[in-house]
Amino acid sequence: MTNEALQNLINSWITDLEFSEEESQFLNITVTPEHLHQLMSDLKSNKETSFDYLFCLSGVDWQPELGVVYHLESTTHRHSIVVKVKTADRENPVFDSVCDIWKTAEFHEREVYDFFGIKFNNHPNLKRLFLTDEWEGFPLRKDYEDEINMVIK
Amino acid sequence: METTLVKSNFKSEEYFINMGPQHPATHGVLRLLLTIDGEIIKKVEPDLGYIHRSIEKMCERDSYQQIVHLTDRMDYLSSHINNEAVCLTVENALQLELPDRVKVIRTILSELTRIASHCLWWGVMGMDVGALTTYFYGFRDREMINDIFEETCGARLTMNYNIPGGLMFDIHPNFVQRTKDFIAHFKTKLPEYDTLLTGNVIFQKRTKGVGVLSKEDAISFGASGPVGRGSGYSCDVRKHHPYSAYDRVTFNEALKTEGDTFARYQVRIQEMWEAMSIIEQLIDNIPEGEHKVATNAVIKLPKGEYYQKVETARGELGVYIISIGTKNPYRLKFRSPGFSNLSLLNHIAVGGKIGDLVASMATLDLVIPDIDR
Amino acid sequence: MNISLNITETIQEWLIGFMPEGVASILGMSIVALIYLAIFAVAGLYLVLLERKVAAWFQLRIGPNRVGYWGLFQTMADALKLVSKELTGTVKADKFLYNLAPYFVIISSLMALAVFPFTKEFQAFDINIGIFFLIAISSVGVIGILLAGWSSNNKFALIGAMRSGVQTISYELSIGLSLLTMVLLTGSLQLSEIVETQKEGWLILQGHVPAVIAFMIYMIAGTAETNRAPFDMVEAESELGAGFHTEYSGMKFAYFFLAEFINMFIIAAIATTVFFGAWLSPFGITESIPWLGVFWFLGKTLMLVFLMMWFRWTFPRLRVDQLLTLEWKYLLPINLVNIVIMAIIVWLNLTIKF
Repeated sequence: MTNEALQNLINSWITDLEFSEEESQFLNITVTPEHLHQLMSDLKSNKETSFDYLFCLSGVDWQPELGVVYHLESTTHRHSIVVKVKTADRENPVFDSVCDIWKTAEFHEREVYDFFGIKFNNHPNLKRLFLTDEWEGFPLRKDYEDEINMVIK
Repeated sequence: METTLVKSNFKSEEYFINMGPQHPATHGVLRLLLTIDGEIIKKVEPDLGYIHRSIEKMCERDSYQQIVHLTDRMDYLSSHINNEAVCLTVENALQLELPDRVKVIRTILSELTRIASHCLWWGVMGMDVGALTTYFYGFRDREMINDIFEETCGARLTMNYNIPGGLMFDIHPNFVQRTKDFIAHFKTKLPEYDTLLTGNVIFQKRTKGVGVLSKEDAISFGASGPVGRGSGYSCDVRKHHPYSAYDRVTFNEALKTEGDTFARYQVRIQEMWEAMSIIEQLIDNIPEGEHKVATNAVIKLPKGEYYQKVETARGELGVYIISIGTKNPYRLKFRSPGFSNLSLLNHIAVGGKIGDLVASMATLDLVIPDIDR
Repeated sequence: MNISLNITETIQEWLIGFMPEGVASILGMSIVALIYLAIFAVAGLYLVLLERKVAAWFQLRIGPNRVGYWGLFQTMADALKLVSKELTGTVKADKFLYNLAPYFVIISSLMALAVFPFTKEFQAFDINIGIFFLIAISSVGVIGILLAGWSSNNKFALIGAMRSGVQTISYELSIGLSLLTMVLLTGSLQLSEIVETQKEGWLILQGHVPAVIAFMIYMIAGTAETNRAPFDMVEAESELGAGFHTEYSGMKFAYFFLAEFINMFIIAAIATTVFFGAWLSPFGITESIPWLGVFWFLGKTLMLVFLMMWFRWTFPRLRVDQLLTLEWKYLLPINLVNIVIMAIIVWLNLTIKF
């Protein structure tokens, strides 16, 4: 499926989506946190899209927003798409977990929680993955400061 | 005669055991929290972070040339391919057109890296199932590749041979001859691998039907590389998203449908044959030309997002760069193959014995710095 | 050479010359015991060296070659190092059992050595139930391993010990039954008489087909009995770290290590005695020189030891349930059938005798 066809199809499911192809090789969709889980399960289950392979899940600190970027690929149609979700709440950012859709998300979401402090609803085992449980702060946020362990130029 | 199943009066209790961080089968500092009932595994919970260095955070303060050097330290067994991943991302972002010579040399070196990595894996795989001799056979052949790398790149493990825009130096004059010698040598030695381990009845008993991963689960868990292909999931980045010179060579994607430990084993052996065939197709006609194109001393990527995936010896390595137009990436994420492959360990190990866990873990071919980053 | 090779009697006769008979016999036994201890402690060390050399040959390496010519003193140096090392242990270990365990293992393996006929009359203890004694003694060692695993208070050690228990108990059966098959031919459990019978042909020839089957079963079970690869479930370094001796160090560890090698020697020596005519030379070529029997005995034994080392350096390890399947579903039934076949052969006098 071409990006244009994908955009038309997905646009018919949920209304408040933003599409963009600028500055990226993929089609980017920005979705609100409320519609994230619904969009994701549609993308996976719909026969025409069938994005069954979540190949990358990254947390990003866009300052001031925090967000997650999902890179999806379909192993049958071989098309790719990028889904982005953002929230301005830095104190208690929460998204829905997608690990019931793609099992690989379980570890990736734990990683994002570890480094960005983004919580995921319905995650079976949301705790720190790399850092110790006592670690304070979320190191990959842009406002994280650690005078001992970080070399800042 | 009717037999009734009498429930055992023995009270069986589950207990925890710490496998690692210092354990011979975890190949590094991976710690697995096992819940065991007798010998049967009920749950495997990996505990990571023992060598986490936060490479992604370090990348945010480094220039693009410097980032290449950090990637060596992730999956140190396919360091050349890791370097290539970052270089390709930067080159694509800058829209540099690379000379053919660079592409071909990169491909040859990548495949040599793959053979070297699989040699080591094969040795360690044998060791994990108890055949200690394989280790030395694997290392004997890997050593020859390391010598080739040493002559050309100056390093044996952390190559640092790729730079954004090409290669750091041109290849050594001996490179072609030595690579050909190695291929000739390895063609006689690879069948030895089969006679020593593959055909062994104990080995087949240990691996067939153990750690079965279905194709659907492989995709869902994001398995890639030989782990995915062992389950019949066609996931070779070299086939589906060709980079460097992979579009000008013919090779077969090693695919097995069984999804068990033995299938993953066979895929890797098959990949070594394919890698040799790729090298043979390229080694005789390395195009003449420059070994790099000039880039600015300070590389600034245009604002935007860039994603590049390559096939390392372990699977799909993705580099995701968000640039805001400065000399450092705003955010750089490595999608490492080992991390996704580790996440399915619990799925394939539950219900098996401790020995099965070790055997399946060996065919996942985990490199811990790749997982921890 | 007129010196009698029957060392026990020689020493006792010499002692009786200047002391009362009772004291002399006790003292004589102690002296013999000390001689055996000294010889086999050193022999065990050289078996370790042999294993390392064999491993090196299999693995494209050179092996130890620095300490002494051809590395001959390497294991001596290792032993000295182990003697001088600190004995560590876990705080919550059951101290008494923890300290006792290594001695169980080493003593049981050294005791078995007493009955072997190294050459004509060179046998410390010619007991009339020799085979029975060997089987009985070899199962004492497992108590030491179980104790070590239990008392170390370490889960890996415990799993290793439990595996050892289940393994040894199972494979004892095969060892016993395969030896029993051969006893049908000899009609005696006494080792010297078993050797006498073999003057008409080694038992593996006398008993032809069932004897070869018994030998194969014996070697498989014997390898399992010594906890060596491919049956080294007990240690299984890629699964359990070091298994039952995880928490041992220094000389206590060395006892376990040495016992493994002496056990290997014992298994090979039993096979030599029962299947390959002990000290008898092929076709009786050196029968006139009795002391050459030692050469033949050790030669045959070392061949079998080499066979076991060959197993170790080429085979992967079995899984614990496969190990039990092999014993209970294959070896044991084959063994039981085999014993009947042997009985029929002996009954119908179908044995081959020269």
